Amino acid sequence: MATSNTTIPTRSAAGPEGKHAPARMKFYVDVRRCIECGGCEIACKNENDVPPGIARIRVVTVNEGEKGETNVSVPCMHCSNAPCVSVCPVDALYNRADGIVHVNKETCIGCGYCLYACPFGAPQFPKGSPFGKRGVMDKCTYCAGGPEEAFSDKEREMYGSNRIAEGKLPMCASVCATKALVAGDAEEVANVVRSRAAARGSSSGAWGMSKAYNN
Amino acid sequence: MKLNRITQNQGQQNSAFTDSLNPSVSRRGFVTTAGMGLGLVAMGPSLVREVKAAESGANPRKLKQIKTICGNCAVGCGFIAEVENDTWVSIEPWFEHPINLGSLCSKGAAAREHVISDKRLKSPMKLEGGKWKRISWDTALSEITDKLQKIRKKYGPDSLMILGSAHHGNETAYALRKFAAFWGSNNIDHQARICHSTTVAGLANVWGYGAMTNSMNDIRNSKSVMVIGENVCTSHPIAMQHILTAKEENRAQIIVVDPRFTQTAAFANKFVQIRSGTDVAFIYGLVNIILKNGWEDKRMLEDRTYGFSNLKEELKRYDPETVTDITGVAAEDLEQTARMLAENRPGTVIWAMGGTQHTNGTSITRSYCVLQLVLGNMGKAGGGTNVFRGHDNVQGATDLGVLSNTLPGYYGLSKGAYKHWSNVWDVDNEWINGRFANEKIQHKVGFTVARWYEGVLMDAKELGQDENVHAAFYWGHSTNSQSQMDRIKTALDKVELLVDIDPFVTTTSILPDRKDGVYILPAATVYEQAGSVTNSNRDIQWRNQVVKPVWESRKDLDIIIDLAERLGFGDKFKKSKNGAWKELPEDITREWNLGMRTIGMTGQTVERMKRQQDWGHVFDLKTKIAEGGPVDGEQWGLPWPCWTDKHPGTHILYRTSIPVAEGGLGFRARWGVKAPDGKTLLAGSGSAPVDSSINEGYAEIKNWKTDLTGKVFEEAIAKGLAPYGNGRARFNVWTFKDDPVPKHREPLHSPRPDLITEWITYDDVKDHYRVPTLYKSLQKADWFEKYPLILSTGRQVEFEGGGNSERNCWWLVELQPEMYVEIHPKLANDNRIRHGDWVWIESPEDTDSSPSRIKVKAKITRRVSPDMVYLPIHWGGVMSGVDLSDKYPEGYLPYGMGESANTVTNYGYDRITQMQETKTGLCRIKKA
Repeated sequence: MATSNTTIPTRSAAGPEGKHAPARMKFYVDVRRCIECGGCEIACKNENDVPPGIARIRVVTVNEGEKGETNVSVPCMHCSNAPCVSVCPVDALYNRADGIVHVNKETCIGCGYCLYACPFGAPQFPKGSPFGKRGVMDKCTYCAGGPEEAFSDKEREMYGSNRIAEGKLPMCASVCATKALVAGDAEEVANVVRSRAAARGSSSGAWGMSKAYNN
Repeated sequence: MKLNRITQNQGQQNSAFTDSLNPSVSRRGFVTTAGMGLGLVAMGPSLVREVKAAESGANPRKLKQIKTICGNCAVGCGFIAEVENDTWVSIEPWFEHPINLGSLCSKGAAAREHVISDKRLKSPMKLEGGKWKRISWDTALSEITDKLQKIRKKYGPDSLMILGSAHHGNETAYALRKFAAFWGSNNIDHQARICHSTTVAGLANVWGYGAMTNSMNDIRNSKSVMVIGENVCTSHPIAMQHILTAKEENRAQIIVVDPRFTQTAAFANKFVQIRSGTDVAFIYGLVNIILKNGWEDKRMLEDRTYGFSNLKEELKRYDPETVTDITGVAAEDLEQTARMLAENRPGTVIWAMGGTQHTNGTSITRSYCVLQLVLGNMGKAGGGTNVFRGHDNVQGATDLGVLSNTLPGYYGLSKGAYKHWSNVWDVDNEWINGRFANEKIQHKVGFTVARWYEGVLMDAKELGQDENVHAAFYWGHSTNSQSQMDRIKTALDKVELLVDIDPFVTTTSILPDRKDGVYILPAATVYEQAGSVTNSNRDIQWRNQVVKPVWESRKDLDIIIDLAERLGFGDKFKKSKNGAWKELPEDITREWNLGMRTIGMTGQTVERMKRQQDWGHVFDLKTKIAEGGPVDGEQWGLPWPCWTDKHPGTHILYRTSIPVAEGGLGFRARWGVKAPDGKTLLAGSGSAPVDSSINEGYAEIKNWKTDLTGKVFEEAIAKGLAPYGNGRARFNVWTFKDDPVPKHREPLHSPRPDLITEWITYDDVKDHYRVPTLYKSLQKADWFEKYPLILSTGRQVEFEGGGNSERNCWWLVELQPEMYVEIHPKLANDNRIRHGDWVWIESPEDTDSSPSRIKVKAKITRRVSPDMVYLPIHWGGVMSGVDLSDKYPEGYLPYGMGESANTVTNYGYDRITQMQETKTGLCRIKKA
């Protein structure tokens, strides 16, 4: 299987905890690759049984139909210092050790403060049954289930799948058509971004033809 | 790109979303095998550090993992379906699949919905007294076959039209074509007619084979990529992975030529906005610049082409000013494009419907070949004509002859062809001949998908057969993908028997206004039946069956066999020279292996195809060659021609830099050794594949098409010879009387009436595929005054073809909830139309007495130019402003309904193949 010609040396700054230190899970959206195919959106629906009207991930297009048209796939970015976590009045939102932001739906009161705080529009509010298990606030779980016991029926019903516990990455990034949406440990994600930067080069490189051809 | 980017805005949508979840389908819990340990460093994510919870112990539930192939477009992506108790519970990426590396677009990611959708047709139904009634399979098939026998007795075998499917796997497609021959008619056709028939006819007549010459993966080797008349981002999203890799790693120049600023254009280094239907003039403009600067590949032209002097004669008509006038492309843009192509070789040209769906479509596709030959991009990695085909198996269904002009393998309809296949089928050739109405009609091309309905509507005296069409089978085929849909509806009203076989209730069943005579039969989806599928670049992959057919649906192959049995020829049908069918569908694969000599679909044995599934990781992404393992040296998908079961397949056609044994070939010597003008048609000295015992041109090897033993192939390959000879690519196709050399002709509905006398359309044809076809007598110079806008159509990423499957998947409809028309802000403002307003689109009367019209919402966007409007093609269920909801059987209303673009697409058919001209029509708009 061919890989990139770019070699990135492995860092081994494992620290006292060695490789067993928890990963720091991150998404990265390569806006030079996202083609707005909607694969991530559908994959999320399929994997997590997301009901109609809820978009845990959504592709946003800027300058639609014009020069500079750019697509960005927007899931929850699982911020390290997450504004939603800060504003939640009942501490329903929290960062896991690996950085994933979860909501405890049994604690959540559905006030919507997180919606004000979130810069990405990640919090979703299912319609229909406000007191139901999934009727409070719903968001991207990074395909890591929720606070319930991993793989339990309750977790599946309330939060969706738990791929992280299976040793797999979120479904949206796994199936991304052009590998625009990258997920994984921040260190690995950074390596992907680095190797792409190396392959693309500077302003005269793959994406700099606007200068060469004034197009 | 939806009308509005907020899902709440679903004005005309039926509100069935909320009750659409299928709670009966259980979900999986846990899978113990982690599938992420791949070397996708630059391409994809990897998770190196263990995640604590992953060690938390195995879940006892074990899901069955089944590798299968996506059933939407022709890229041929693989994925892993996970099944528990014969219920499809989830999808996992197949990261090792060399074409898509685990990626899926929205359609592919929604594959499971095709099976679990609660809109699946659950049992056979029959229209009786204006009401849909549930019936049993036995009742349905016995009534249908009784009626067929009566119709046959009264009007003869040609009174049945079968519209087959590009979603059928190879074995089903082959069986359906065989069924038509056993029934005794050539009136069978499928979507390829309205998809790439002009490409197939064009390319086959230039250099021998009518197929994509290189591959999706091979684009990774390109230094320039010209995409013309194709929107890769929406139509073949996963191919973008390879295109973007070429751009990033090779600095490939991406040039997008299109009337619209497509989603793909946003990724281009250069976007050229061309007037729809002027491709030949544009290409010739480029070729003239290339020749003027001496950038052509002289050796290629000298040694491997025929008719260059004829081409040069035609090229004289295309000086830069003329080209600019016709195409609307400025001289400096032409110059710059030509320079980019010349300086960045090898380069590939990619096209789809934007190039094919024109009255001179066969000329347009040949003009792309002209460009690639002149640039010397043929037979090279990174070059070629990369024709992106539509459905998952449209290449296979084409190869296997679900067409009214040929038996499987492009053998044609001659006596010899029927003899060859009778031999393979192991039936008496005389018996087959006796099934037909008469000898003449047995060897005459049948109706096409594009025009079959005229066989119902026109007076029989005007037709190319004695009787009208009285029965129609729509078998995995939409009605809303064919132009002039209002005429089709009238035909559906009139036929005696209409049978619609599909996993969902399609527009076919609900369109006609009638009280009886319609049957709908539930077919299994592609995921509920096994078999092989051929993707766009000739890769033949084995598709495993994921689950058993759901509800009462049946495999298409079973339905074909059942019909054959009930019609009295089951025993003759279910066998071949290999013996009686035992293992299905494998024995049918072995049957076509035996007969498909012409294109080398002979070495793709069932065993080899199945073996490749486990070895995806050893195939190189750029060369598609396996390194090591039991598949060592094989090419992924064993792309045809794969002459013998030892041959690796031919990744790149017409490549002479490798031996025939490794997939080398010259151009096919298909038209003898001498042209009518006395010039040689054999390649020049030194132009044979390496290690050839004859290092120059040579004629085809004797009996290579009919020898079923395989000896001819083996002996030829041993001598380094291609069985089909080593000929020249033709610029001059003398058999195309009107356009031996490709010519620009104004579209039938030209927005430039001042050009229609010089760039003249064709003379009318009295009998073309059994129907009269109008050109000159229909064309009116004053159309443009009444209908001043160009009407063009195309795809949305969430849907495919007529959209009958996808519009029944709520996930997809949620992303793309409604039909619209794209209108430029200036045009909208001039017509007092605002975003979201309802507008009427009206198109010329053509052969009808009144204009056709549809009512759709306006999407205001600069994607289109102010002189055109653009309609997505996938919608159905509303016609000319009338909602047809009440005509659906109860419970089967699709989630997505809207006006069909093809109600307003215009008359106009390719002179060679009857391809419909839907990319360039005329229309007018007004606020509703």
